[in-house]
Amino acid sequence: MRVHLRPQQRIVDLDGRRRVGALLAELGILPGTAMVIRGDLLLTDGEMLEADDEVEIRAVISGGGV
Amino acid sequence: MKCTRCRARAEVQLRAHNAGFCRPCFLFFFRRQVERAIAHERMIAPGERVLVAVSGGKDSLALWDVLLDLGWDATGLYVGLGIGGYSDASRARVEAFARARGVPLRIVALEDEEQGLAVPSVAAATRRMPCAACGTMKRHYFDRAAFDGGFPVLATGHNLDDEAARLLGNTLRWQTDHLARQRPVLPPTHPKFVRKVKPLYLVSEYETAVYAFMRGIDYVVEECPNAAGATQLAYKDALNRLEATSPGTKLAYVREFLRSAQPAFAATERGAPTECTRCGMPAFGEVCGFCRLVLEVERKRARTAPARDAVATDGPVAPA
Repeated sequence: MRVHLRPQQRIVDLDGRRRVGALLAELGILPGTAMVIRGDLLLTDGEMLEADDEVEIRAVISGGGV
Repeated sequence: MKCTRCRARAEVQLRAHNAGFCRPCFLFFFRRQVERAIAHERMIAPGERVLVAVSGGKDSLALWDVLLDLGWDATGLYVGLGIGGYSDASRARVEAFARARGVPLRIVALEDEEQGLAVPSVAAATRRMPCAACGTMKRHYFDRAAFDGGFPVLATGHNLDDEAARLLGNTLRWQTDHLARQRPVLPPTHPKFVRKVKPLYLVSEYETAVYAFMRGIDYVVEECPNAAGATQLAYKDALNRLEATSPGTKLAYVREFLRSAQPAFAATERGAPTECTRCGMPAFGEVCGFCRLVLEVERKRARTAPARDAVATDGPVAPA
């Protein structure tokens, strides 16, 4: 599967199928810190990703000052 | 996973609420959270015009969107920080949002206000962290725009993660003066201040991102280039690690602080401000924090200008 990481603008290619939660753990991304998007839908941790899927992982954390 | 409300396929899982939602039910849940925060904290009175500080990011645009959706008379305020391409992209998103919805937007560009006030040049001149300089300048222009525009309320997009990170920073250093003012509604303490409110203070950063995504809001996903290494991000990371182990930690941390501890700090709050002798805005001291920053920049410029002139004068003379 192909994973687009934003805002890092990085692409990761992985073999095989796995659940969303397992993918996030594999990439070291904490729960609740990114959205996983396939097409125009958001995916929860339990959703299965197939080997030919293409997804975007979009970080939601922003910071600096206020 | 199924939606907690309607049993359809869930798109969002919110561990802190032990719930999952489909798209329509999440949007309902999000709006209700904001609506309740506004009503419970008496943030905005019926009929009041609201000035919403918008940066082009997910939180502020989600806030503007939900306020409009809930029927509030909300005008956007964008303060251009002069951070190169990042500011250009942010401004474009905000302008597109306002245009698409036909809602009023006010724009202040720092580099147009006084020469050399773009955030990078101010940070360099004053040797401050860009985020610190940026915060001081934004607060000044937010206050000024709200007062000049006759708005009784200024709303900002601070979310639960912002508030939890700020609380952690304030308690690690026991900044009691900051803890005294950390609350979702700040009543005006001077005739030139307006009420400041944070309608998203109990909504997580993940929820605002999901709301923006579901509503099709085109926001700036890229992080501000100056935020790299910012302390606030380290605090957020620490809190997210705790949250992963114990969902609901951030919500309980902020909620319980506001309920149990904040009133004690609020009782120690310093008195009402006077007026800045330079700009006339409220100040704790002779000049306000913004003018102290500007004076530093001017002093720096005065120190470096003669050197620049000397180089120009002493340079090679062009042949006649």
